[in-house]
Amino acid sequence: MSRWGTGALGRVVRSGVGRRRVQLVVIVVSTMMAVASAVVAGSLMVAVNAPFDRAFAQQNGAHLTAQFDPRKTSAAQLAATEQLDEVTASAGPYPTTTVEPIGEGGGHLPSLTVVGRAEPGGTVDKLELKSGRWAQKPGEIVLSSSFKGPMLTLGSTLKSSDAKDAVTLTVVGFALSASETADAWVTPAQAGTLAPKGQPATQQMLYRFEQADTSGQITAARKQIAAAVPSGALLGSQSYLDTKQAAEQGAAATVPFLMAFGVLGIVMSVIIVGSVVSGAVGTGLRRIGILKAIGFTPREVVRAYVAQALIPAGAGIALGVVLGNVLAVPLLANTEQAYGTVSLTVAWWVNLVVPAAALLVVGVAALVPALRAGRLRTVEAIAVGRAPRTGRGQWAHRAAGRLPLPRAVTYGLASPFAHPVRTFALLLAVVFGTVTATFAVGLTQSLNAVGSAADPEERAAVTAIAGGGRGGGPAGPGREPGTVGREQKPAGREQPAGREQQPAGQAPAPASADPAKVAAAIEAQSGTASYYGLYEEEVRVTGASGAVRATFYQGDTGSGSYEMISGRWFEGPGEAVVPTRFFERTGTSIGDTVRVTLGKDTQTLRIVGEVFDTSDDGMHLRADMATFAAAKPQMFQIDVESGVDAVEYAEQLAAKIAPLGGHAVAQEPAEAEAMIILLDAMAVLLTLMLVSVASLGVLNSVVLDTRERVHDLGVCKALGMSPRQTVSLVLASVAGIGVIGGLVGVPAGFALHGYVLPVMGDSAGTNLPPSVLEVYDAVQLSLLGLAGIAIAMLGAMLPAGWAARTRTATALRTE
Amino acid sequence: MTHVAETTPMTPVIQLSGVAKRYDSAGAPALGPIDLGVAKGEALAVTGPSGSGKSTLLNLVAGLDKPTEGAVTVAGERIDRQSEHALARFRRAHIGMVFQFFNLLDDLTVADNIQLPAQLTGTARRTAADRAGELMELLGIARHARAYPGRLSGGERQRVAVARALVNRPALLLADEPTGALDTASGQDVRELLVDLHRGGQTIVLVTHDLALAEACASRTIHLVDGHVALDSAAQAVR
Repeated sequence: MSRWGTGALGRVVRSGVGRRRVQLVVIVVSTMMAVASAVVAGSLMVAVNAPFDRAFAQQNGAHLTAQFDPRKTSAAQLAATEQLDEVTASAGPYPTTTVEPIGEGGGHLPSLTVVGRAEPGGTVDKLELKSGRWAQKPGEIVLSSSFKGPMLTLGSTLKSSDAKDAVTLTVVGFALSASETADAWVTPAQAGTLAPKGQPATQQMLYRFEQADTSGQITAARKQIAAAVPSGALLGSQSYLDTKQAAEQGAAATVPFLMAFGVLGIVMSVIIVGSVVSGAVGTGLRRIGILKAIGFTPREVVRAYVAQALIPAGAGIALGVVLGNVLAVPLLANTEQAYGTVSLTVAWWVNLVVPAAALLVVGVAALVPALRAGRLRTVEAIAVGRAPRTGRGQWAHRAAGRLPLPRAVTYGLASPFAHPVRTFALLLAVVFGTVTATFAVGLTQSLNAVGSAADPEERAAVTAIAGGGRGGGPAGPGREPGTVGREQKPAGREQPAGREQQPAGQAPAPASADPAKVAAAIEAQSGTASYYGLYEEEVRVTGASGAVRATFYQGDTGSGSYEMISGRWFEGPGEAVVPTRFFERTGTSIGDTVRVTLGKDTQTLRIVGEVFDTSDDGMHLRADMATFAAAKPQMFQIDVESGVDAVEYAEQLAAKIAPLGGHAVAQEPAEAEAMIILLDAMAVLLTLMLVSVASLGVLNSVVLDTRERVHDLGVCKALGMSPRQTVSLVLASVAGIGVIGGLVGVPAGFALHGYVLPVMGDSAGTNLPPSVLEVYDAVQLSLLGLAGIAIAMLGAMLPAGWAARTRTATALRTE
Repeated sequence: MTHVAETTPMTPVIQLSGVAKRYDSAGAPALGPIDLGVAKGEALAVTGPSGSGKSTLLNLVAGLDKPTEGAVTVAGERIDRQSEHALARFRRAHIGMVFQFFNLLDDLTVADNIQLPAQLTGTARRTAADRAGELMELLGIARHARAYPGRLSGGERQRVAVARALVNRPALLLADEPTGALDTASGQDVRELLVDLHRGGQTIVLVTHDLALAEACASRTIHLVDGHVALDSAAQAVR
């Protein structure tokens, strides 16, 4: 049998484990919470660490997605490209086309790159079917899982275009392609029928290369492919590196946050588990003396005491792993949704490493005092009856005794100095608990500030659409009425390769109303508080490669202004504001001028401010509409007067401008971004867990202290100390630690917030505005300062009550 | 037996009426039922073998424990029905306790230990310090005022314990085997101290195995056997 499972030693261990139930519960619960926190934090850190790479590897993603002209190359020629030196695997050719679908409500959906694939698997780009099934016959379509939402569910239908003979497609599944090779998939035969008349579907080939770490390697391989097919056959391609960059931009932002929580959780777990276990062993000295007196060897004593710590800690660790997995699953599901990666589970090695590390910590924490116990002289242990008094802290009692406070309080205030190591561990627990609370409060406020700062157009109550856009802007085909201003796809995702064949702006523009007449209707409508017009289009900016998205404003932008990071909002024609990344990409700064070309009109604009805007990969210029004569409002954002019902207002306005060709809708209340909800949830969960662990650490320390001092407390009670004074003594013994914990923890949490937030912003490619960074106020910081005391008091309340209730005669008999 | 106080005090400081204490509801009582009165200025020694109920009796008188039945009145207060809070206030005001193993607080100086009960009652710091100084002078431990108990001899520690017990001028001094942990010389030292206190009119209840101590210090002795008064010197004197 085991070394301590049977016989005298086994009985000693079992009775030792069961004897002190409070301590048993504290060890089990604190190790459970600590391990659960570590599992949650660790698994999330793993999940967000290169999620694209993991998904890409799991799916054997395509390094290059290439589109070929079927009129210039044959399927055999395309298949032969697999034999090229650089190519290690390929899939295709798949017929590909682009559709401009119409939703069930009749609104335009974002254009879709549709690929005909008979099955989701294959050697390259093995798609993960997230829900439903694969398309098996004409009339069925599988959408990218990024489209899944209230408007598009399994069974939803959409038309391939607004033409009379458009094909009706039923959504039968949602799938994920890490390489983003398409927005939707149908049967190969169906893909051919979706292609515009007279234009055969292009052919998509998916490639994996021997060397694909750099864009140079991808470009070289692409050249090899282009050379292997007839000239002009290769219409376009998309490198996975571009997709990766876009995909990781969002994920990277959360890494510093999770790192901060992960480190806090792990450090606190080590402190608490270590102090709980060493304290448990340290207070059993009398029993150790008795064991040795009846013949236990020092080695057996060590083994018994290590086992007594390991048994409850082992149970706590096992429960912690289970709890951590249970808690991590919904968070990982949110992470998966936010990142659009393949199914995430707690990494197997997290479930091994965390408990192994916890066992190691517990083992070491138990071994040190157990070795001390083993070396302890029998007579000394029995005579002392409890941890020997070291004489430490007497100076503190002298000093505290001079304070103008009740004696019970001053006696309690000096108590922690008798056990400096335990007090330090307790202080660390309170400090880390306070840091966590401070950081989490600031982080949550910052995230909410980010949510409020994003998409200021959504703050308007009503949107009136005049139409006339060309570039899929706010009024373009990419939007559905009722969802104006809201992205249909996760931020940062690039257009699939197939979209390259259909440059933005080529979609047929809907009928447009005269903006001036729409503006007049808005002006005339009762209940209008203010409004401004928007025109969104792609422009060329000297110094920036490719097109840059630009929005031009007319009128009182008011609530539509973006948060300023620095500088100011534009005040008239010739001025512009841009996001952080614009400065980085163009090498400009506030005060510089840039030449901006809209159509054939080129103007020089002075950059007057840096705005907090992460849309369009941070390359979005905003300026006064009067800068360009050709710019006319496509839509108007309207604020209604207080008390005016936005829906009624929108209906009345819509009735007036519909004959003009316009439309008006009330804005739906903005929903928080999935990422913000995820981070909020994680912050709350991890904070609660870590604060609980901190309180348990305090509880354990105070239980140990109270046990050690129960005889002294009995003496004090015999001398006339009332139960209330006893409670105040015990609470005072942690009050000082709470105060110091708060004084240290709040600035540390404040500093951590100040460090992590800019790093998060940097990862997302933007500086952050003061509204996001400066979220604490003096009152809040003062209240957070009380968190240290609250944590300490919370942990001490139970043993304080126990000390007060203990019968004096019993306490006096206790040794 | 030497009676230190010759007068027979009239006012009862302790009155136990039908008092019994059971720790196990099914078993025999650890004490009583007994009736006992202790007059003001009396020095009562409680003797008896181990397990006879001596400490139980002392705990009931001190309000550290409550009787299973009967009434305990000390210094005019019925204490067997009082709350823990009220009992604490009662002890502060009326009881001084001396223990076998001193029960001094190791992390407080001698002076702080002595002042503690006074400070718990809210006595002004200066007043408490003056009273402690007075007692230290009286008991010959003034030179140890700033020392910690761990550095004192057993006899000195017990003197500190006595000083602490007297700091609030209690009506009743309870001593539980005050010489039990002391060597002969120290024991003699403490014995003389208790005699002096009794001479000064202090009412004392002394629990001891030491018959010599009881004889030297007490004006009256009761001998407990199995929780009952087997012998009461006062009753014998009457007979």
